[in-house]
Amino acid sequence: MLKNYLKITWAVLKRRKFFTFISLFGISFTLTVLIVVVAFLDHLFAPNYPELQRDKILYVPKAELKDTIIGWTSNGPVSFHFIKEYVLKMKTPEKIAFTSHPNTTNAYSPNGTKLRLFYKWTDANFWEVNNFQFVEGKPYIQVNIDNQERVTVINENTRDEYFGKNVNAVGKDFEIENVGYKVIGVVKGGPITRLYTSSDVYFPYFLAGKERLESKDLTGSFVVFLRGRNKKDLENIQAEFNAMIPKIPLNDRGDFKPNKLYVSADPYMESFTRELFGNGSHSGIHFFYMVVILFALLFMALPALNLININMNRIQERASEIGIRKAFGASSRTLTYQFITENIILALIGSFLAIILSILVIYYINHSHLIPYSDLAVNWKVLAWAILISIVFGLLSGVYPAWRMSKLQVVDALNDRQ
Amino acid sequence: MITLTNINKSYRTATVETLALNNINLKVEKGEFISIMGPSGCGKSTLLNIIGLLDAPTKGEIKVCGQEIKDFPDKKLAHFRNQKLGFIFQSYHLIQDLLVLDNVELPLLYRSMSGSERTRLATEALQQVGLSNRIKHYPSQLSGGQKQRVAIARALVGQPEIILADEPTGNLDSIMGHEILELLIDLNKNKGATIVMVTHDENMAKKTNRLVRLFDGSQVQ
Repeated sequence: MLKNYLKITWAVLKRRKFFTFISLFGISFTLTVLIVVVAFLDHLFAPNYPELQRDKILYVPKAELKDTIIGWTSNGPVSFHFIKEYVLKMKTPEKIAFTSHPNTTNAYSPNGTKLRLFYKWTDANFWEVNNFQFVEGKPYIQVNIDNQERVTVINENTRDEYFGKNVNAVGKDFEIENVGYKVIGVVKGGPITRLYTSSDVYFPYFLAGKERLESKDLTGSFVVFLRGRNKKDLENIQAEFNAMIPKIPLNDRGDFKPNKLYVSADPYMESFTRELFGNGSHSGIHFFYMVVILFALLFMALPALNLININMNRIQERASEIGIRKAFGASSRTLTYQFITENIILALIGSFLAIILSILVIYYINHSHLIPYSDLAVNWKVLAWAILISIVFGLLSGVYPAWRMSKLQVVDALNDRQ
Repeated sequence: MITLTNINKSYRTATVETLALNNINLKVEKGEFISIMGPSGCGKSTLLNIIGLLDAPTKGEIKVCGQEIKDFPDKKLAHFRNQKLGFIFQSYHLIQDLLVLDNVELPLLYRSMSGSERTRLATEALQQVGLSNRIKHYPSQLSGGQKQRVAIARALVGQPEIILADEPTGNLDSIMGHEILELLIDLNKNKGATIVMVTHDENMAKKTNRLVRLFDGSQVQ
């Protein structure tokens, strides 16, 4: 049966080349955009370099203080005080690490080239909960921090721009804002979209300055990583973290008298959505899913409507075939299946073209330096999504015309009276 | 084999009601070959469509192969048509996008049967109508007579008990028309198929067992 459907689909596609072109163009363009979006979401949320351990890490991206009486809110990344006094005392995480959000600064290479650089402060564990690839040298460790050594790790790009392409940097001085640091390691860079790890320059956290490190506020500049031994561990870590929060005393800041602290240890995706759409105890993940699904549906709706229109024209062309099939024993349901299958085949051909187009677009994005170190890819997950989307698209644009086709009366269909 | 009792068929538009068939009573025995004749617009094709369950009467009862066809759901009706009936149309009604072989296989697609068995039966049916050398052709590559032979092969491939032919020679020259009629007579005599044929041609009608005449929707003979 399927072989017969394939034959007829192929024949219909060949017969009306212009309609086929319009249909396939609409499908493949829509799917290309959706595949690139899926690849980008996969790039954002899947464990990729250097955040390969995301599956067993909880992130604490921000804290929110609220005065529920007046309605004032203050939020931001967590403070060093919060980490030192509370987080570092937790028992369930196997490893606790922290880093600041990236800041920007300017530096001048020895030959006078101005570099605009991102930098962040991290602890020593930061290098253990993430899997940076060291091109040369090594990360700083707790001893370097305890000895207050002014060392730094830089990424490959920064080394090439500051010292020259592929020139060894370890052991050399690296100057930022007239302060010198010794380069201890050079890492392969990660894309800027991985905010918790991406940077050009990494410093030990003691260099963050007295004000940051001694402030008693709960909000500050840091993001915390809580790593479990495995994925299962995360529930226990979350439970311990959540039990700890209500015990934290809330200090007044002038007129601001917070009486509620919202801070969560979240899996990566929720930590991401919390930063963008989070509010109080809501991580914003449902809102995020809704936006993505709505976008996908709306984006598919227009070409789907177009395809419905084309399909409706095809009904008229194929009325006689419908009549013949019905006369020889096809039920309305069988015909509905046939036309939906044909549409899905068309959508799958479109998705094959879309995959090729997506690979080209992704190749362009990766090599255009729009996102430095971007590593978008059409992997098996993206492919699975592409096929799923194309089936949804095929169904979306095929069900109504197929239903209309199947309802044609045999005599009318045979006599071309619709 | 086929019993029609008090069959009426009318078409209604916003202002006019047209009576296409008026109180038709007809009995066709198993193995009979009957022809229906009458001038254009007298309701011959409408009657054939009702016998073939392609259209429903406005009033009256139909019994085919001992079963009263009333309120059959779509799926059951489709299954019944597939198993019991074979159609031959004046304008052949072949699917242009499919090969001759695929066209003949069509009724078997809706039966649970392997692909190889379908192909075997369709090839045999095409041999029977003398077209085994045309199985990989498309309908557009055939002459009118050859197309009608393909249509006959399609009608008989599922070995239905009843074959309904709507002016099967209407688009053919007289030589080709006679060849097709001989094929139908052979099917009736040697395979025992019950055949109901609509025709304009008195000479052809005379070669069948019985003639039914219609005039303005009523049976006159």
